[in-house]
Amino acid sequence: MSPDAPEGEARIVTERLAKRFGAFTAVNEVSFSVRRGEIMGFLGPNGAGKSTLIRMLCGLLRPTSGRAEVAGLDVARNPERVRAVIGYMSQKFSLYNDLSVIENLRFFGGIYGVRGKRLAERVEFAIEMAGLAGRADTAVADLSGGWKQRLALGCAVLHQPPILFLDEPTSGVDPTSRRRFWDLIYALSEQGVTVLVTTHYMDEAEYCNRIALINRGRLVALGSPSELKRGAAEGRLLLVECDDVGPLLEALESAPGVRDVAPFGSSLHLLVDDPAADIPKIERFLAARGLGWTRVEPIKPTLEDVFVRLVGDGRLEEATP
Amino acid sequence: MTASSPAIIVVQDLAKRFAGGFGIDGMNFECARGEIFGFVGPDGAGKTTIMRLLGGVMTPDGGSIRIDGVDVIADPETAKLHVSYMPQRFGLYEDLTVDENIEFFADLFEIDATSREERAARLLTASGMTPFRKRRAGRLSGGMKQKLGLTCSLIHTPKVLLLDEPTAGVDPVSRRDFWRILYGLREEGVTIALATSYLDEAERCTRLGLLHEGRMLHCDTPSALKKLMPGELMSLTSPQARAARDALAGLAGVRAALLVGDSVHIVVDDAKLRTGEIEHALAAAGIVDRRLEPLAPSIEDLFSSLLGQGGAS
Repeated sequence: MSPDAPEGEARIVTERLAKRFGAFTAVNEVSFSVRRGEIMGFLGPNGAGKSTLIRMLCGLLRPTSGRAEVAGLDVARNPERVRAVIGYMSQKFSLYNDLSVIENLRFFGGIYGVRGKRLAERVEFAIEMAGLAGRADTAVADLSGGWKQRLALGCAVLHQPPILFLDEPTSGVDPTSRRRFWDLIYALSEQGVTVLVTTHYMDEAEYCNRIALINRGRLVALGSPSELKRGAAEGRLLLVECDDVGPLLEALESAPGVRDVAPFGSSLHLLVDDPAADIPKIERFLAARGLGWTRVEPIKPTLEDVFVRLVGDGRLEEATP
Repeated sequence: MTASSPAIIVVQDLAKRFAGGFGIDGMNFECARGEIFGFVGPDGAGKTTIMRLLGGVMTPDGGSIRIDGVDVIADPETAKLHVSYMPQRFGLYEDLTVDENIEFFADLFEIDATSREERAARLLTASGMTPFRKRRAGRLSGGMKQKLGLTCSLIHTPKVLLLDEPTAGVDPVSRRDFWRILYGLREEGVTIALATSYLDEAERCTRLGLLHEGRMLHCDTPSALKKLMPGELMSLTSPQARAARDALAGLAGVRAALLVGDSVHIVVDDAKLRTGEIEHALAAAGIVDRRLEPLAPSIEDLFSSLLGQGGAS
């Protein structure tokens, strides 16, 4: 299955979608599609254009050129109707802390136009889904991060949207809660809900079916987590194990052939172009400087390695004062 | 590292109780000079509480904390000279520029003019922030705000740096810059203790304390902790990942089959013994396009195995 031609019905389609603010191009002719029930992750440095892209898809910002359809609706022509078919949840999503669980759900149900018997059913569903049965009257302030996150998700899906946007959804929740949260997302996706996620954390990106990597307003990579890992950095990542990473970290930053060095506890990850040739070079380089190591060997890249390799120093905002 | 280097942080029988049963209870640990010690654990495990107690911004109900020989509880003012605490939301002044924020914190710690300029210049260079000295803090990206927070926290050359979720909302490239600075500080002999919910960060620490309900369940290097993982892990990559997960559920020896993106992470009692049966079950379910391979456990896998899925909240 090619990532560019997903099977099944496309629920989000963009064609050369662009947004310019004066002379600045925030989103530069981005084309992709997301099929029904798919979970698509958007990754990119701060300022890469992710938020602008999401805002256009939510009907909150009008594209400068190109086209975007969400659930069959053109975002430029039908922004209001687009907003009715999407659910949105963010790390900044503010539940009302001094209201109870059920009061929050009723409040957001009202905003989304869910009323009467349907509201009662949906509120019950959301409480069940969030695992908050028996806690409907608990004040939100007394809930832990994981509960809040699941409640926020419940609020975002009260109106049964076919499209769900998650903006850094599990920021600041623990791994166990994150796993539970993602089980809920998988359940929604199996019911046909299409999910778009932005995140800075690779733990979270790994949960997506496909990942779109955005840099300087452009789509620079698109594929499943394993496809990206096979493509961008496979065979180019080395592990250097040593007793003291400090001196090696400093020295290897200027070693020939080394594109990136990152410390991981008692080891370093090096990104190189040609491991077969570079391993002996690196060993000679370290030996010549009297620096000790226990092991240099190729390892499988993580998504973070892929990210660093594809984005590198292309941080637009940080590159120009 | 613990045995050979002298301990700079010594915590004994530390306790702090809150209403609702939260808090920490009888905690003991030591950090050696130059360690990067990470606290990981579920919400409510006590990560932030530990940071606050070590930082002297909260008083414990019992036990003792010594930092470089100074009793933090008896003599918090002396301790504060050696400790810097960067909370989850560091209080930058958004209307002030990068330089003005640094000035403010330097004044607070009574750093003289010459050494403050020298130190600020060095920290800003290390974090790639030099071109932005005149920019207002409110106009910095998330990653740059964190780096400025770190610069302000370090203006008085602490012996111990405490960081609570230091890179929340920071992109991976900036996060690498941030960690490079931390490793640089470590070279200068600064000891770092941090709390994190992300395995991205936990894997970078030299030692980890796994907290649960206010107690430290395990404390060791990331690689040693991973050896505690019960059973073995395998990864199955397939376009039919969901069908594969369903086919694996209930198979003998399969303890868990978790969907992770386009893969299924399978926890088995014995990978060698079960591979044949797993391949057979997948073939029988019509899953042709598949790749089954051993997977090294991550801290997150360990966490899930030890604490049980959902068991913590």
